[in-house]
Amino acid sequence: MNNIFEETVRKDNEEFEKLMSGSLDDLLNNDDLNKNEQNDDIKIGVITFPGTLDDKDAMRAVRLAGASAVSLWHQDQDLKNVDAIVVPGGFSYGDYLRCGAISRFAPIMEKVVDAANGGMPVLGICNGFQILTESHLLPGALARNNHQKFICKEQSLRVENNNTAWTNRFGNKEEIVIPLKNGEGRFTADQKTIDELEGEGRVVFRYIDGNPNGSQNDIAGVTNKKGNVVGLMPHPEHAVEKGFGTLALGEEKGLRNRIDGLRFFQSTIDYLVNKVGE
Amino acid sequence: MNKIVIEVMPKVEILDPQGKAILGALKRMGFNNFTEARQGKRFELTVDGEVTDEVLKAAHEAADKLLSNPVIEAVVNVSKMD
Repeated sequence: MNNIFEETVRKDNEEFEKLMSGSLDDLLNNDDLNKNEQNDDIKIGVITFPGTLDDKDAMRAVRLAGASAVSLWHQDQDLKNVDAIVVPGGFSYGDYLRCGAISRFAPIMEKVVDAANGGMPVLGICNGFQILTESHLLPGALARNNHQKFICKEQSLRVENNNTAWTNRFGNKEEIVIPLKNGEGRFTADQKTIDELEGEGRVVFRYIDGNPNGSQNDIAGVTNKKGNVVGLMPHPEHAVEKGFGTLALGEEKGLRNRIDGLRFFQSTIDYLVNKVGE
Repeated sequence: MNKIVIEVMPKVEILDPQGKAILGALKRMGFNNFTEARQGKRFELTVDGEVTDEVLKAAHEAADKLLSNPVIEAVVNVSKMD
């Protein structure tokens, strides 16, 4: 038993020494730690608005999943031939007016809406989800958390639909853990819309172990009719690398080795690879 | 210069946590007359010339398209500011 422990510590130390011997730049760009099958020809765009925070994390997640990450600027007029798009989290335009309301009218969003309607996979994370609802790519709205507080926690979710372009790597009803951090994440829609979403299996993620913000029907994420556009409040890009992911389901301490977020990005790579093969 | 006022309120059926927090503070301060508080937004749009019907129509359109989200908010007033 002790030997296994010592062996693990020795290996970790070796890995650490190896990392530390390189330059800071090498360290920051070292995506080899949990490298996936490379599909460099698959390009996933990540949009940056003024006030976006998680664009770099999202690009890193894309690379760790094995695809090429392409930076897109809110004033770009074209999508640089990307195969899929991530609208990342943050506080675009300072959350002025309403979260996502001003970003919706950024020049690039017109192209995103056209591409999404044409079937391109689009993932909206947190503020990105808010932008996609404001753009009418997804139904409903995200209102202020019912308790008025900003949440920052590791959130358990149930995957309710594993047939979307962003969730095919998950099991049906699989329970996962993804970091959640927001002030306005309470999913709200009229009853007709909620009934439609539930009836058509378009609720993709549901909060479990307690509703963190008063979302209707515990909804954490939804999809459009085609299943190519997905939006959710939790942040998959923050759980993509062992040691810097989340705790295991139900654990209160330990190593943060759970990386359920990576499978969002792997899912869309699979989806795109299979689509090309068709 | 003429101004148009646009007022937007959270829909009645939507929980307004800000309003609830405000009501709580009012009660703690001893303002016991009030049974409910809701918080909305007021916009003022300035035009160079007269506020014509056409300008008002544009203001209504702006209110529906940008200044409010119909899923959670209602435009309760669009009018010329006196």
